[in-house]
Amino acid sequence: MVKREVVGAHYGLRDWLAQRVTAVVMLVYTLLVLMALVMLPKFDYWSWKTLWQLQLMRYATVLFVAALLFHAWIGVRNIFMDYIKDAGIRLTLYVVVILALIAYGAWAVQILWGK
Amino acid sequence: MAITTRKFDAVVVGAGGSGLRAALQLAEANLQVAVLSKVFPTRSHTVAAQGGVSASLGNEEPDNWHWHMYDTVKGSDYLGDQDAIEFMCRKASEAVIELEHYGMPFDRLDNGKIYQRPFGGHTSNYGERAVKRACAAADRTGHAMLHTLYQRNVRAHTQFFVEWMALDLIRNQSGDVLGVVAMEMETGEVMVLHAKATLLATGGAGRIYAASTNAYINTGDGLGMAARAGIPLEDMEFWQFHPTGVAGAGVLITEGVRGEGGFLLNKNGERFMERYAPTVKDLASRDVVSRAMATEIKEGRGAGKDADYILLKLDHLGADVIDKRLPGIREIAKKFANVDPAKDPIPVVPTCHYMMGGVPTNMHGQSLAGHSGGTSVKGLYAAGECACVSVHGANRLGTNSLLDLLVFGKAAGEQVVRDLAADVLSHQELPKDAADRSLARLAKLDAAKSGESVHEVGAELRRTMQLHCGVFRFPDSLAEGVRKINEVAQRAGSLYFKDKSKVFNTARVEALELENLVEVAVSTMISANARQESRGAHDRSDFPNRDDATWMKHTFWYKEGNRLEYRPVQLKPLTVESFEPKARVY
Amino acid sequence: MRLSIYRYNPDVDAKPYMQDYDIELEPTDRMLLDALTRLKSVDDTFSFRRSCREGVCGSDAMNINGKNGLACITKITDLKEPVVIRPLPGLPVIRDLIVDMSQFFKQYHSVTPYVINDTPRPEKERLQSPEDREELNGLYECILCACCSTACPSFWWNPDKFVGPAGLLQAYRFIADTRDEATNERLDNLEDPYRLFRCHSIMNCVDVCPKGLNPTKAIGKIKDLLVKRTV
Repeated sequence: MVKREVVGAHYGLRDWLAQRVTAVVMLVYTLLVLMALVMLPKFDYWSWKTLWQLQLMRYATVLFVAALLFHAWIGVRNIFMDYIKDAGIRLTLYVVVILALIAYGAWAVQILWGK
Repeated sequence: MAITTRKFDAVVVGAGGSGLRAALQLAEANLQVAVLSKVFPTRSHTVAAQGGVSASLGNEEPDNWHWHMYDTVKGSDYLGDQDAIEFMCRKASEAVIELEHYGMPFDRLDNGKIYQRPFGGHTSNYGERAVKRACAAADRTGHAMLHTLYQRNVRAHTQFFVEWMALDLIRNQSGDVLGVVAMEMETGEVMVLHAKATLLATGGAGRIYAASTNAYINTGDGLGMAARAGIPLEDMEFWQFHPTGVAGAGVLITEGVRGEGGFLLNKNGERFMERYAPTVKDLASRDVVSRAMATEIKEGRGAGKDADYILLKLDHLGADVIDKRLPGIREIAKKFANVDPAKDPIPVVPTCHYMMGGVPTNMHGQSLAGHSGGTSVKGLYAAGECACVSVHGANRLGTNSLLDLLVFGKAAGEQVVRDLAADVLSHQELPKDAADRSLARLAKLDAAKSGESVHEVGAELRRTMQLHCGVFRFPDSLAEGVRKINEVAQRAGSLYFKDKSKVFNTARVEALELENLVEVAVSTMISANARQESRGAHDRSDFPNRDDATWMKHTFWYKEGNRLEYRPVQLKPLTVESFEPKARVY
Repeated sequence: MRLSIYRYNPDVDAKPYMQDYDIELEPTDRMLLDALTRLKSVDDTFSFRRSCREGVCGSDAMNINGKNGLACITKITDLKEPVVIRPLPGLPVIRDLIVDMSQFFKQYHSVTPYVINDTPRPEKERLQSPEDREELNGLYECILCACCSTACPSFWWNPDKFVGPAGLLQAYRFIADTRDEATNERLDNLEDPYRLFRCHSIMNCVDVCPKGLNPTKAIGKIKDLLVKRTV
């Protein structure tokens, strides 16, 4: 095959924007959790557990995890783009990372709603 | 040794303003054109032009090309050819508008038109008062222009040979020019560029002086090539000393500073230009201002502990105007003079700036074969500072150089296109010895086991020119200068440098450049010694006046035999009445 | 003055090395370029590019004590000795301080660096208000010295795909020109994870620019326009 440097994938803006939006989501969530922790009557296991009984906290956390995973995906992909020159290896790594991130997502849900 | 030969319709030597303007004309005519440059095009010295390009657009106040023509003729001290001057001034507005359409980032007036500022020697109504004629992009007009022209060439797919140095012209038995021999600096390889038309646009050679506003690359390569090929050099005694080079550093401070309202002071704080040029004061033409400054210094009124410089005051303009109109000047003054011009005056001295002479051409860029008659060298063209049309005569007006390279770069390009279309030019058979001269020069340099240091001979050349052929010229000193410069030329015949390698050998390049500088310096000194009058930039103590009866003529220097010939000035313009010589007062 | 200079001549040297020099300066030598020129007069095998010697042509960009800059406007007195001088990082070295800038110019050329305007030309100049012209300040002054792009890690890793700060600054110079009519095509040309989005705003470019320009800001403006056109 002819060796050409190819660019012009016509994407990148959404990811760049998403990275900023997810960062905001994570920041808001972090403040929320900090506030909740400060407002806990007592800083012990039971209070902690009660806090996570709240549906609001659970859904907020799911949102946070989703934002985190997406943010991480874009960041890690950026690193691969910089350092991994071979397209085949890069694609493989992308798949591995995506699978790992999905697994982390599932694990987070399991923690939140599991017994 | 077999040498690679490549064929082109046209070869342009030099990628500064005039080279790029000409190349654009050729590339847009779909010709096969090769543009050779010692440096990447945007590094050419046009980039350093600051103040503006003149055109009688009349954007701020009434103006017309005839006033511009009068100023240019007067500025040239009546040595400029009036047909060529009319041609240039008439074409000025069109040239500037064209550049604007190419995307040049000119400063603007509130009504959206191009901003114009006053400049030395430019007046309204035939010398009545200063006029706003210089179209400017802050104080980076040359930079903006060079980049715009390069960008337009990118659009036209012009083929560049970057970091190639042209060594010699190829001429055949009948004297026609068939291209150039050039060296690729990165590899040291030599190549023959066989062309139907060869256009020299190699710029100036201000590096013959020790104190110069010119870049290191301004070594008059086109002039050296022409001289070696038997083509004369015209009016080489006329070198412009720009009034305001930073003292000690030589870096240019634009006349636009005075155009915006700055002025010169001597050590007593006196605005001395009022004495020398009562009407336009600091905006008199450059030879007048430089001489006035040199006189002040000579008579002990210079500033500084050695009383050897003049002060350029502009703080009264205020930091806002300076930052808006002269930002580059503030930067340069801080860096090279250690002063903030918004607070303190800049120390300046007259500094070698521009070569009015050059390869003789007509107004279509065709190179003249000699001093008599109008015959041109078939296949050879020249434009810009390396050419002498002559529109600048004995002294160039500020902003006319950028105009010159636009108008005559284009005109030369158009002439090449016309000549090619009319089948006047062809790929004539190359002589067997086409590259011999260049190869012999290179071989001699490479074979040298010992000899003169390029650096030392160069320094001696610059010192000699500075000392014996400066703002003021004296008979004994000139005669001594001739002796010394011939000696320098002799020494330059046996140059030696240690580095014999091929790849990007800048020592070799500098030696080749010095050979060109020598031709320029010798022609300058010989021409200056012979001209027994004072006119424009040429000022002799023994002949303090202009002598129109004897000296209304252009000097032609021939390398062979160091011979001088003369040719009368063209006083007849194209369509209008002549401007008869009269006393020059500003 | 003590200098330690990167030397490599492919004709002679098997590999690059650092050479130490101790040179005698004259009182007129004020900028680093003066010192290098003086050195060259002693050792003519030392090669570097230079031209205007006043910071407008962009020839003598090099890495000076670890930071990219122009030798001609770097004051000797501001430098800590020995002054360590290397070629611009990230580009192939041809010889000594001379680097192969093809990749850099290729990226510059890739942004269609000229005003595109297919509206029939008016007889006079195209009008532009002083405010609109002001938009070009901080953009058109670029001298293409490559100090910025060769200080940018993203350009080091992907010089073939990432336009780099200099190219992007120029891309925005034409977007910002009210006379240019090709903004959409220009944005299309840049909307790419490599060409534009390799910039992570670390601002090395701003730190080294000898002309005090701000490519990061220009890149931000390109991104703003992309967002505006999408949202």
